[in-house]
Amino acid sequence: MSYKITEEGNIATVHLDGEIDMDVTEKAKEVIMPLVESGKEVHLNLKEVQYMDSSGISVLIESHQKATELGTKVILKEISKSVLKVIMMAKLEQILNLD
Amino acid sequence: MNITETRDFPVHTKSLKEVRNFAREIFDQSPMLQMQKDELVLAIAEAAQNIVKHAYKDIENTNDTMQIKISFKDNELEIGFFDKGKPVSEENVKHRKLDDVKPGGLGTYFIQQIMDEVVFKEATGWHNHLVLTKKY
Repeated sequence: MSYKITEEGNIATVHLDGEIDMDVTEKAKEVIMPLVESGKEVHLNLKEVQYMDSSGISVLIESHQKATELGTKVILKEISKSVLKVIMMAKLEQILNLD
Repeated sequence: MNITETRDFPVHTKSLKEVRNFAREIFDQSPMLQMQKDELVLAIAEAAQNIVKHAYKDIENTNDTMQIKISFKDNELEIGFFDKGKPVSEENVKHRKLDDVKPGGLGTYFIQQIMDEVVFKEATGWHNHLVLTKKY
């Protein structure tokens, strides 16, 4: 997994790339959670994520819940087909913010 | 087309990508399996992840390997997982309720959604033997 962060005003966009599994979830959390905890609105661009398993879904849930707790948002952008399939399998399309 | 392939992987999170690639190589050999490749790869990767995460919980730097056997015969896909971790009790293998949204507890749910049958069996020389099956 690799990533790129761009920030504009109060919005931080994290472009994730590659496969997100248990081996990289700690790294993903280290990237995403500080941005959420800083109070920014975080956009996760998932266009280049070819694979995500339940560990990756856990990162999405954790960051969404933390953002909600802090009164901000995590928005999932340009979700790849394979990731969307997993989100839907977990019935999270009404829970997470999908754009 | 009948396929049977077996491969050993070190019990480590770094093996999960190799497990997925192994599964993809096999599913690409059959048009029938190829159609559902993403879901099947997810089921296999989740089961392998459960071995690393649960059967080897609190066991670091093991030299053990887990074995994965994929066979496709008479339109039935059977995937076997063998490990020498802590014995898993079948009644403890449960997923969380979907409406109780929190991180974790989805891997087993995904496996059950994708496969027709998920059972633990006896296997000489191994502590756990999980078998996933799906009919076509």
